[in-house]
Amino acid sequence: MSRTTLDLWVGFFVAVGLGALLFLALKVGNLASTSSGETYPIYAKFDNIGGLKVRGAVKSAGVVVGRVTEIRFDPEAYLGVVTIQVDARYKFPRDTFATINTSGLLGEQYIGFEVGGDTAMLKAGDTIKKTQSAVVLEKLISQFMFNKAAEDDGGKK
Amino acid sequence: MDNGLTRALRQLGAQFNSRIWRLGFAARFFLAIMLHSGTSLRRIHLTIREIYFTGVLSLIIILVSGLFVGMVLGLQGYDTLARYGSTEALGVLVALSLVRELGPVVAALLFASRAGSAITAEIGMMKATEQLSAMEMMAVDPIARVVAPRFWGGVISMPLLAALFSAMGVFGGYLVGVQLIGVDEGSFWAQMQASVDFREDILNGVIKSFVFGIIVSWVAVFEGYDAEPTAEGVSGATTRTVVTSSLAILAADFVLTAFMFTGT
Amino acid sequence: MACSVLLESCAVNLTGVPGVNMSQESLVEIRDLNFTYDSRPVLTGINMTIPRGKVVAVMGISGCGKTTTLRLIGGQLKPTSGEVRVGGQVVHELDADGLYALRRRMGMLFQFGALFTDMSVFDNIAFQMREHTDLPEAMIRDLVFMKLHAVGLRGAHSLMPTELSGGMARRVALARAIALDPMLIMYDEPFAGLDPISLSIVGELIRKLTDALGASSIVVTHDVQESLKIVDYVYFVSEGKIVAEGTAEEMKHSTVPYVHQFIWGEADGPVPFQYPARPYGEELMERAAQRG
Repeated sequence: MSRTTLDLWVGFFVAVGLGALLFLALKVGNLASTSSGETYPIYAKFDNIGGLKVRGAVKSAGVVVGRVTEIRFDPEAYLGVVTIQVDARYKFPRDTFATINTSGLLGEQYIGFEVGGDTAMLKAGDTIKKTQSAVVLEKLISQFMFNKAAEDDGGKK
Repeated sequence: MDNGLTRALRQLGAQFNSRIWRLGFAARFFLAIMLHSGTSLRRIHLTIREIYFTGVLSLIIILVSGLFVGMVLGLQGYDTLARYGSTEALGVLVALSLVRELGPVVAALLFASRAGSAITAEIGMMKATEQLSAMEMMAVDPIARVVAPRFWGGVISMPLLAALFSAMGVFGGYLVGVQLIGVDEGSFWAQMQASVDFREDILNGVIKSFVFGIIVSWVAVFEGYDAEPTAEGVSGATTRTVVTSSLAILAADFVLTAFMFTGT
Repeated sequence: MACSVLLESCAVNLTGVPGVNMSQESLVEIRDLNFTYDSRPVLTGINMTIPRGKVVAVMGISGCGKTTTLRLIGGQLKPTSGEVRVGGQVVHELDADGLYALRRRMGMLFQFGALFTDMSVFDNIAFQMREHTDLPEAMIRDLVFMKLHAVGLRGAHSLMPTELSGGMARRVALARAIALDPMLIMYDEPFAGLDPISLSIVGELIRKLTDALGASSIVVTHDVQESLKIVDYVYFVSEGKIVAEGTAEEMKHSTVPYVHQFIWGEADGPVPFQYPARPYGEELMERAAQRG
């Protein structure tokens, strides 16, 4: 085989291989959606983070506005501290309400921002004051059953 | 009886010794390849030639296998997910299993049996027919001229082949899941994109396939270079390449997975 | 001039005082060479002198250490003791660069040619020129065709080694061995497995190329008839020792039993027909006793 046809084939191979990588990155992965632009960190403390994971989405009005980058435990307050990188394009009021939600019944957990009315905006390094912890399914069920039992007791009386 | 026992023990010891000796030799050989890699980079055409033989000629088997593995994943994944009523997660399942595990591992196993064995057989035959010796006598270092380009050709080809395998597999999963079974196309892609992270999943997969490329190429060139210079020796070395590199791939996969995908 | 020196060196060597003749004209000097492989002595006390411009044969039965001698000269093996000097340099004391520099001036024809099977005839011969020189491709082309013409295979330049007959492959290998006009050409069994016509072609080529290049040749062979026609001087090796040496003519009339057996191809002699074993009669008696 001559040198040029060989080069042609290898060039084709490398191009197709890189194309496949690009396909994986853009179409399969989230490289396109995670705008590699500027972000700023915000902290939020939760009593219970539930099943929240690093890389979890942060949504406001259903739109992804940031990602969870770190989760650690505050040993003094006994709270979970979540670091959020928020897209620099978006600003949120100081009294934004952070909740941990679940997409669907068994889906992934994400942080939702419910926007308040404060005129001052959150700055890099600020901590969100108002948070609501994850809904733990077992707690919910046991609560429901206790209530039910209490109701039954009341009915007997 | 006692005599037989000592003989067996001695044999075991000798075998163990020779294994360790070979491992040391292989490590030294790896170092020699690194030191003599200048030629294969300076005269890039030597390496391009080997990319043709290892990469381009493995394309068909990789593409076809990738497609079928993806289609099987689509069928099996749908069947399992349907029990939990979350069939729209099919895209996630197909993509994550391919990008993280099946792409790099299965592509590397195929690569070992397609290209690795060919490299071993070629270098082994060159040794058996004194071509390597002749090269040495012509003042050309066979490690720089023959071994290193084949090694680098394999190392470069492997990640590209693994990416092609994964991409083809995702396409296969799409064909079966969306076109055949009728999973919603929008949620298939959207859920996939939401859950597959570029750095955590795709890049780690690429790193895996790069490591596997080094393993397969190293084993292949070493077994060829170390082969007994006879027909039986070369065929034995070819078999050893496939067995050793397959086991090494799976073991390395476990170690890499443990490092990469835990703690998040 | 060269001839008289040769005779001189022969005379010296024949008188059994090796090492005295360190004349400028000898290209390869081997002194008290010993080589042991896995504690088995392969060569013991070898002394040889290869003068410039001459063809020297090293003969002996298979496995007597002839090929090992070539590998020691080429520096692929290191002697256990003693030394090999090529062009005044002690081979085993050279570092890797020095050894490679020396090898560029050596050519070697391997037993079955050892042509690179993944290259065409042309590329095989151009191999060393491309590796070691920066010659433009046009000049390499001219040189390769010159070499191929010398062995009569200019027309076969585009063939692959697998398409060549045994004799043609040997001639291509010969052209490759002389690609860089070496000062020393070594032939490892150049006649093995050739038909009579190819055999005499290769024999004549060895002689002609040596003379044309002014190089020295070492032919390791067990083909007596062909090699005695072309060589100037012969060393006979048996069990790792030199048992006889002299010019081709002297060897033909040698009375050394081993040489006589070798040259005339007798089945029995100093090299026994039987592999070492106990007397057959004894063994038969024993077996009979066991059965009985």
